[in-house]
Amino acid sequence: MACLLASVLTITLLAFIVGEILFKAWPAISKFGLGFITGKQWSPNREVFGVLPVLIGTTASSFLALLVSLPLGLAIAIFLSEDFFPGPVRQVIRFVVETLAAIPSVVYGLWGIFVVIPLVQQYGAVIAAKFGIIPFLAGPAYGNSLLTASLVLALMVLPTITAISRSSLVAVPYTLREGSYALGATRWETILKVIIPTAAPGIVASSILAFGRAMGETMAVAMLIGNSQRLSWSLLSPSNTLSALLANQFAEADGIQVSALMYAAALLIVLTLGVNIAGEAVLRHTQKATAGLR
Amino acid sequence: MTSTAATSARNFFSHAGKKTSFLRLFRNHFLTGLCIALSLLTLVPLFSIVVLVIQNGLPLLSTNLFTQLPPAPGMEGGGFGNAIVGTLVMVGIALFISVPLGILAAVFVNEYASASWLATLVRFVAKLLTGIPSIICGVFAFAAVVMTTHKFSALAGGIALAILILPTILLTAEQSLMGVPYAFREASFGVGATPFQTIWRIVLPEAMPAIMTGVMLAVARAAGETAPVLFTALFSQNWIKSIMEPTASLSVLIYNFASLPYAYHIKLAWSASLILVALVTLSNILAQVIFAPKHR
Amino acid sequence: MTTKASQDPLALSNDFVSGETNFIKVDNFKFFYGKKEALHGINLEIPSRKVTAFIGPSGCGKSTLLRNFNRMNELIPGVRHEGDITIHGMSIYDPSVEIIALRRRIGMVFQKSNPFPMSIYENIVYPLRIAGQNNRSILDETVERCLRSAALWDEAKDRLNDSALGLSGGQMQRLCIARAVASRPEILLMDEPCSALDPIATAKVEELIIELKRDFTIVIVTHNMQQASRVSELTAFFYLGNLIEFDDTRKIFNNPSMKQTEEYITGRFG
Repeated sequence: MACLLASVLTITLLAFIVGEILFKAWPAISKFGLGFITGKQWSPNREVFGVLPVLIGTTASSFLALLVSLPLGLAIAIFLSEDFFPGPVRQVIRFVVETLAAIPSVVYGLWGIFVVIPLVQQYGAVIAAKFGIIPFLAGPAYGNSLLTASLVLALMVLPTITAISRSSLVAVPYTLREGSYALGATRWETILKVIIPTAAPGIVASSILAFGRAMGETMAVAMLIGNSQRLSWSLLSPSNTLSALLANQFAEADGIQVSALMYAAALLIVLTLGVNIAGEAVLRHTQKATAGLR
Repeated sequence: MTSTAATSARNFFSHAGKKTSFLRLFRNHFLTGLCIALSLLTLVPLFSIVVLVIQNGLPLLSTNLFTQLPPAPGMEGGGFGNAIVGTLVMVGIALFISVPLGILAAVFVNEYASASWLATLVRFVAKLLTGIPSIICGVFAFAAVVMTTHKFSALAGGIALAILILPTILLTAEQSLMGVPYAFREASFGVGATPFQTIWRIVLPEAMPAIMTGVMLAVARAAGETAPVLFTALFSQNWIKSIMEPTASLSVLIYNFASLPYAYHIKLAWSASLILVALVTLSNILAQVIFAPKHR
Repeated sequence: MTTKASQDPLALSNDFVSGETNFIKVDNFKFFYGKKEALHGINLEIPSRKVTAFIGPSGCGKSTLLRNFNRMNELIPGVRHEGDITIHGMSIYDPSVEIIALRRRIGMVFQKSNPFPMSIYENIVYPLRIAGQNNRSILDETVERCLRSAALWDEAKDRLNDSALGLSGGQMQRLCIARAVASRPEILLMDEPCSALDPIATAKVEELIIELKRDFTIVIVTHNMQQASRVSELTAFFYLGNLIEFDDTRKIFNNPSMKQTEEYITGRFG
């Protein structure tokens, strides 16, 4: 009986979370409507709330993080799933990646402040001076920027990409590798033309789930991204994400601002749940597909 | 005859008289090198994090850190005993809520109704909950607890963390229960035990080490999280006296102190990072060790 | 010669002497998995354009030897060999031999069919594509030639762009045979190619093997005595890493000279 109750509680919890947040967001939803999503201004003093720049910042930082993380994560996943090195060496690399996953977000943030921000500041200025004509690289270059946050995010989602990609690469039956080698393929022809295409859905799923994680990642981003709601196309400018916005403003918010933040939280839930459901669906499909190969 | 053999051998080993193209072999080695280089590249930031946390965290490490309160801005000396206690209290509250709830739900899902739609739904929801950003747990606790009690409190922080770790505990507990051989249950039923007795006397004790692994992983996760407690427990300069007041935690301390312009506070933030990383790593190792002797 | 080869499907198979008696020559060959010696000094001469069957109980080394012909065993860490294997009088372990080129000249069919998860067409042209051949007409021509030689053309010609994974088990295995002959090998190695197939599919593959020996030298490992007697001309019986007897298939099955062979054939062990 207690077990049934616990299960029902778990199920209702999600509904309760969503319901409670929507309920508290209701004043803002009814007041701002969809203009909240398309609005470019966020100024609590004037009670004007629009999250478009923040939405763009959320998507851009997660996308950039993925862009950096996917090649690295895939390389490690290949490294771990193929026999370039004997088991112990691979174990060490695997341990290292798992350690990355265990470091708290706030410690990444602290490290980012003292290591990544100075680096981005130094080289960002050089880049902005040379390539400033390209809107994405326009100056002035700030240390607290979209680029800084994305680089640290890339590191943080790396374990997700590596773990899921690795398991889908390992799930590719040995007979396929054998088949390819027997036809005179080199190791990398086998990897690129047979193993990766076979594992592709799993790799896609890992990217989607990593994207979802990056969107929800809060502390490191809040500490590094500069928290600016101004719309800018440059990677070297400060930006903001939904989760960082929540982290920075909730403690001191009151009145309609709390409601607006709840609205933003609801948007974050919708985005991350959507991305996660898509990722899980692809992953499930993959597991079925590779099960058929065995 | 020998010359024909030689010709045919040459034709045999080099397809249509051609050697395997240099480009193919070069690309093969190049990609191997690239793959190894990229893998090693990721070692650099990790190495940097670990070295900096140890290097900057060690100098202040002393018993004072654990027994004293944080200094006022601009002052030096002191520690963050209250933040350590605060973290432990909030993780404790989270465990107090989530461990029974997660295990009971897992028992239901795996033992009582493993094939029902309700069980499928529980699994699905748990899976979805794992994908919810940790800050949403904070937002929820803010809405449900802080806005109701009109107070930032350790309780609100603990509840936020409880929601965060519930799916981890539920899903690992379910896995652990699944790992108990069916024969154990049959044997128990065979001597006339009720399902209730079978679950509580045979199945759960057998699955306990694996369940504890999940709990330790949850502890590691909860201790390191900042976002759920940031605006639910807030922060405090003082020792915790009641769970209904603002409470300090290691992670929020790092966040708050990291951006302060005082060198000593930044050093404290590094020391807190060192202790937090040690705590998280310890829980992770413990999780592995508890699980190890029984099932590997 | 090379230009002609790409046009005339059979051009390459004509440039060696049919019926060469020592086409593949195994010379005091020993093979080790780590410390374990799996083959104890095998001597064997396999003629060209014939079907040679390797029989023997599980673990007798027949597959191990087969997998050395195209050096597939080298994918396993910690293996080594002693002695030599020559093809056309040239050692396959000669430093000038590229494993990749060697494997292109030796097709292999595995116990479990292993089509890649791509279309039927792409499966067959895979060995050509990796070698840099992307000329559409050559690829088309190869697909037809290979599917015909694997007796799969009629069944597959209308669905070349469908996934290979939609084929039946027997069709998949014949597709793998088609793929194995795409790079115009001279030798086909078959490692229990029918063990996962039903009797009807098996019969088709066996028919195909007999067809294929006109163009290829075939070495087949099988657990099935009837199969060995049906398809092969020569049979080698292995036991515990030794070659016990190698002779004409009819002689092996009707009048073996070794007692162990007779006991195995008549089903007294194995």
